[in-house]
Amino acid sequence: MRPRVFLVDDHQLFRSGVRAELGDGVEIVGEADEVAAAIELIRERVPDVVLVDVHMPDGGGQAVIEAVGSTNPDVRFLALSVSDAAEDVIGVIRAGARGYVTKTISGPELTDAICRVAEGDAVFSPRLAGFVLDAFASDPQAAGGAAPSFDPEIDQLTPREREVLRFIARGYAYKEVARELSISVKTVESHVSAVLRKLQLTSRHQLTHWATERRLL
Amino acid sequence: MLGGVAGGLSARLGIDAVVIRAVFVLLIAGGGTGFAVYVLAWLLVPREGEGSSIARRVVADRRAVSTALAVGSVLAVVLIVVSALGLNFAAGLIWPVSLGMAGLVFVWHGAQDDEKVLLQELVGQRPIAEMGKGGRLLVLRVVVGGILVIGGLVALIAAGHATVGAVRAILAASIVLLGFLVVFGPWWLRLARELIVERRERVRAEERADMAAHIHDSVLQTLALIQRSSGDPGEVRRLARVQERELRAWLFEDRPPGAFDDETVATLGEGVSAIAALVEERHHVDVEVVVVGDCPLDDDLRALLAAGKEAVVNAAKFSGAPVVSVFAEVEDPRVTLFVRDRGVGFDPSQVADDRRGIAESIRARLARHGGTAEIRSTIGQGTEVELTLPRGKATR
Repeated sequence: MRPRVFLVDDHQLFRSGVRAELGDGVEIVGEADEVAAAIELIRERVPDVVLVDVHMPDGGGQAVIEAVGSTNPDVRFLALSVSDAAEDVIGVIRAGARGYVTKTISGPELTDAICRVAEGDAVFSPRLAGFVLDAFASDPQAAGGAAPSFDPEIDQLTPREREVLRFIARGYAYKEVARELSISVKTVESHVSAVLRKLQLTSRHQLTHWATERRLL
Repeated sequence: MLGGVAGGLSARLGIDAVVIRAVFVLLIAGGGTGFAVYVLAWLLVPREGEGSSIARRVVADRRAVSTALAVGSVLAVVLIVVSALGLNFAAGLIWPVSLGMAGLVFVWHGAQDDEKVLLQELVGQRPIAEMGKGGRLLVLRVVVGGILVIGGLVALIAAGHATVGAVRAILAASIVLLGFLVVFGPWWLRLARELIVERRERVRAEERADMAAHIHDSVLQTLALIQRSSGDPGEVRRLARVQERELRAWLFEDRPPGAFDDETVATLGEGVSAIAALVEERHHVDVEVVVVGDCPLDDDLRALLAAGKEAVVNAAKFSGAPVVSVFAEVEDPRVTLFVRDRGVGFDPSQVADDRRGIAESIRARLARHGGTAEIRSTIGQGTEVELTLPRGKATR
């Protein structure tokens, strides 16, 4: 099954570049260069995956994800960005994106990431893994001490999740992580999805604060 | 006033004319000598709006000036001797008269244009006239100031024999002081100004030298490289991009390019990013950097960075992989740095002992700082270097 993909990016050159790189691996059902048009067209065409640029005028990818997510919860989002600014990345993930990759990603890797998102899994670039490790710092006092509604279930990473994220941050692909840890790729995916869910659900107020502080990484 | 001398002095010295007039009045009242001073100054000081006044013409004539100085010094000696003999009246009379004579000499010289030209040709170098481009004014100042000093000294000596000695002594001392100020004041000021100007120029020259050195090392070198590789558009583009990045960093971030072990890099994160930028520029590979946590650099961490740099450079040079991943994590007990590529890989046991890169630059360097290096490589699958450094108390 070829996933139906919708492109949202305010740079024409980048959209055509992505189209060319994705080739036949996916079916591109439309594209938009601004937030309002994107929301309308996505609701109309209901793609499997929306590739959305983090940085755009009028709210960027986050606005698109929030607006579409409220009406079409089945549409999945993969965020693309050149910025790598932690607050932007954390922002789109918390808005509901299933993953985040940088625009330097190669064509086959992007196709792979889109298929993964279409199947409901999470896609972590090394950079995103680093952000998450940083945000969920291992210091339990700093992590939970000040948070009023601290929930260890979602406010902390398990040692295994941390281990998986470290491998991803080191540049390992999912299947390489699976081999290193002697687990299946599916298990790696479920760990990563759990981390994504924690990232989206966690009430740790430090997360926003941390992301803002890391504006200049 | 009579000749506008006070006004002229005021304009030149920046002192209020009223003050100068008061000084003259005091001088005249103090012993009649002020009159001579005034007359002399009248002759010497150029009148405002009259470039070719007697004074100017005369002062331009160095021979006349030296003559006047000779007259003045002789007068001084004579007057001092006379005063020492107790002949106060003589002092009071002789020295204004003599100075008037000296003034006449000036006027005579100034009036004779032909003779002035002739005399100028004959003039030798005079120490005072040599002292700078402001020579004329300097001479003028020396004459006026010298007269004041002499007058003051004379009055001072005379005061020893006068009944109103106290008043005279104070006056005379003031005059001596004023004389010195007139002679040396502007000179001191100019000296100070010149020092400031000189220092500013030196700083500017040093900056210019720095910039020239930098441009030579970077822009000119790059331009030469671009000319040599003009047949290779990709290389030209790469060189241009590298140069642009360096120049931007230098101009806008005030950071010398690629100097990760420089003082400008203060934290581990900055250091890793600097290494990545450097290797991307030099070796045409992408370096993907992820840093978790951060901490200020110390000597141990700089060693870790240096070892890490070696690992990244090795990966870029030998692995053949287009991407090198760098992951640095700062934890409480240790700092870990991973350098990974998906390149050709190698068998670590087959590496010749003389390959200094891994043995010396990575393993030994880290060991000296209490760290460890682990190198895992599989032929065909890539290499990962893991560098670990326990954190000392100082860096925690």
